[in-house]
Parts: sequence; structure tokens; C-alpha cells
Amino acid sequence: MFSNGYIFRYASIMVILVAAMLSAAALLLKPAQDRNVKIEKIQDMLSSANIESTPATAEALYDKHITREILINSDGEEVSIYADGKFEMGDRRAFDVDLKTELKAKQNLAKGKQVEDPVFPLFVCEKGEEVIYIIPLSGTGLWGGIWGNIALKSDFNTVEGVTFGHKGETPGLGAEISTEIFTHQFPEKTIFDKSGNFVSVQVVQGGVANSNIDPVHGVDAISGGTITSNGVSAMLKDCMENYITYFKIRKLYEYSKN
Amino acid sequence: MNTAKTEREPLFSAKTKKLLLGPLNKENPITVQVLGICSALAVTVKLEPAFVMALSVVIVTAMSNLTISALRNTIPPRIRIIVQLVVIAALVILVDQVLKAYMYDVSKQLSVFVGLIITNCILMGRLEAFAMANKPWDSFIDGIGNGVGYGIILIVVAFFRELLGSGTIWGLPVLPKVFYDLGYVNNGLMILPPAALFLVGIIIWIQRTKNPDLQEEN
Repeated sequence: MFSNGYIFRYASIMVILVAAMLSAAALLLKPAQDRNVKIEKIQDMLSSANIESTPATAEALYDKHITREILINSDGEEVSIYADGKFEMGDRRAFDVDLKTELKAKQNLAKGKQVEDPVFPLFVCEKGEEVIYIIPLSGTGLWGGIWGNIALKSDFNTVEGVTFGHKGETPGLGAEISTEIFTHQFPEKTIFDKSGNFVSVQVVQGGVANSNIDPVHGVDAISGGTITSNGVSAMLKDCMENYITYFKIRKLYEYSKN
Repeated sequence: MNTAKTEREPLFSAKTKKLLLGPLNKENPITVQVLGICSALAVTVKLEPAFVMALSVVIVTAMSNLTISALRNTIPPRIRIIVQLVVIAALVILVDQVLKAYMYDVSKQLSVFVGLIITNCILMGRLEAFAMANKPWDSFIDGIGNGVGYGIILIVVAFFRELLGSGTIWGLPVLPKVFYDLGYVNNGLMILPPAALFLVGIIIWIQRTKNPDLQEEN
């Protein structure tokens, strides 16, 4: 028979050994795992600007196309610019900013809590002659987080492309947001109406054709994926509205230059 | 102890051969013991994730059987289930971490199902029924046999589901474009979990027709 003391010793030693082994493995594999996550982020971003990439080419393509990483604050002012491998302003790379934290800070600020001023990342992508602005997105779907990127053309208005990802939306329903069937609706939509008000791109239940929303500002939602679709709609509005002041300032500036 | 018993058994005796090949047919974990069905439904849409899942299960069954068998005389019976779980969980986490680091795409497709190997009944079943009472080498072979028995069904099911559901094998299109021009459409049902159930059912049917001793008398 085994004594109680033996059982306790056995269990403790086993747990300590296993814990040590697993922490060692986690530490050793962390760099490779982080790199995968980074490459995925890059690939999503490039894909929203309609640039094809593979895990092997992603980093090189990022350096080639994404020429500037800008951080703006809620007043639409640039607080940090990173270009050609060095900082022109500030000291934070837009790529390293966790959008979720910033959106949380924005919410807390709206509730009147004392928090640090949130900053929002914007990526400038040069594709041949074209200049494309990529805005990362983050929100919530039905079962968990959803995220993505939306790329705008240099008029800060027309959509170039989008990508969406999700943690675990329902397969066949909400999960369809990451498929071509859903995302191909977005290019050429506009986020400002004729009088220059921000209207975002809405995901419309029952189809845009049956609603009173201008088809240029709306896409069809996914049947059976209402909460995910609404989540996408809210995410687009919530994330893009942070850049509106900045876009307006830029547009005025470019207008005055001409 | 007499000398006949202490003599070393050959590495692959008739017994070990039976341990290795039995689970492939008459003792198959999926089609005969009906264990590990959940993951068989979930990860068999495409061949590549099914193969990686099969490989992961083989590694975990073999290594956990080996570890538990080597420790079997030191494990206090009162906490043996806990010890078994700790060994399985540690191995599964290791496999999951390695996949995340080196096969990121596949690990995303397998999502929670690698983690859920922990709850795969085949594992606890083999540890309790075999590894706790047999020598490490036999247990290791038994683990490989059961893992492969599980994996082979996964791969067969995934092969047909991918071929009929997506028209590809290992991600490569195999059906000529002419088929689609003539009006052939990929079968959407094959992508959904019930299709795996149908295919497993067909495999069981074929297997029982060929092995009359597997048929129950009612």
C-alpha cells in the first residue's frame, strides 16, 4: 500500500516536473509563435489593400508597401509617425498598438473616467501610383471577438477592400464574414454621404435593396448571422469614426494646396 | 524466476504485431469501440488538418502509454486517474504549442480540437485498460496501434469529404474543369459534420460485412 505521505510527495513532484517542462516549452516556442501572429496580422492588412502575400513573402511586402505608420489622437492630430525604419515623430509604432486597449480607453473616456488619451493606428500603403489608407478594426460578434482591416483610397472615402476575422462565430452563419462572399461587397462603397457627413458602411439585415439606405453606403448582411452582422456594422462605425477629424483636416489641407 | 521468462522477447513478436495491427481492424477505436467520434466529425473536412490531428493523437497515445506504463508500479492507485490526466494534458499542451509555432495555419483550423485530445476517450481507455498493466514497450506499440487506428479512419473520411465537398485533395484541385462546365457541383453536405457520420457509418458497414464475427446477434 502507498501511504498518504507518499501520495502527496508523488503528486507534488509530478506537478512541479510537468510545470517546469511546460514553461520551458512555452518559453522556447514563444518567438516562433509571436512571429506567426505578426505575419498573420501583416497578411490580413495587405490583403485588405488587395496585395497577395504568402507567409514567406509577407514581411518583405510589408516593408515595401506600408511606407508610413501613423498614430493619431482623438483630436485628429498625428502623435507618432514611423517611416523607413525610423521615427519622424513620437516613439510608438502603430503596428505595436493594441487596438482593443485603445478602444477600451475611448469608452472609459466617454464615461468620464480619467484615462490616457487613446491613440489610433493608421497605415499608409503605397501600391504603384495609388496611396491606400488601412484602418485596423476590432469589435465583438456573437460568441467572441471579431476583427479586421478596412482599406480606403486616397480620397479617404472610397473603400478599396476589407478583411474580417473572428474568434469563433457560428460556422456557416456568422463565420461567413471572413469569406469572399461577404467581403467582396465592400469595394467601391463610400463612408461619407454627399454632404460630407460620416455614415460608415452599414451591414443591412434583409438586404440593402429593401431598405432606405443608399446602396453606396450599405452591404447585405448574412441571413442567420444577425448578431455577427450587427457586430461588423458597429465595429466599422466605432473604429472608423476615430479618424474622421483627421481625414477632414487632411482633405482641407490638400484642398488648400491645390 | 525461471530462465525462460527472463529471456528477452523479440522486439516484434506475434503479440506486439497483434497490438499494433489489431486496432487497425477488429479493435478499431472509432468503428468498433466508437470512441473519439466528436473530433472525427469536426476535423475531417480537409485532408491536411485531419492528417495533422491523426499524427498528434498517435504521438499523444504512444507517449502517454509509454510514460504511464513506465511509472505504473510507482503510481498510487488512489490518484492514478489524476496522474494519467496530468501526463495526457502535458503532452497535449506540448503538441498544441509546437503546432502553434511551426504549423500555424493548420493549428488555426484545428482550433480547440487539439486541446480536446485531452478528453478523447481512446487515451484514458488505453491507459486504464492497457498501460497500467503492461510493459512499456508493449504499451508504446499499443498506443501507436490505437492512434493509427483512429487516424486511418480520420484520413479516409477526410479524403472523401474533401474530394466530394471541395473537389480537392490536400488543397490541390483534382477534378477537371470540364466537370464543372458540365454542371457538376461540389456537395455542400460533405462540408458539414453529418457527412462524417454517414461516411463512418458506411465504413462500419463495409467492415462488418467483411468480418462476420463483429456482427452482433440480436
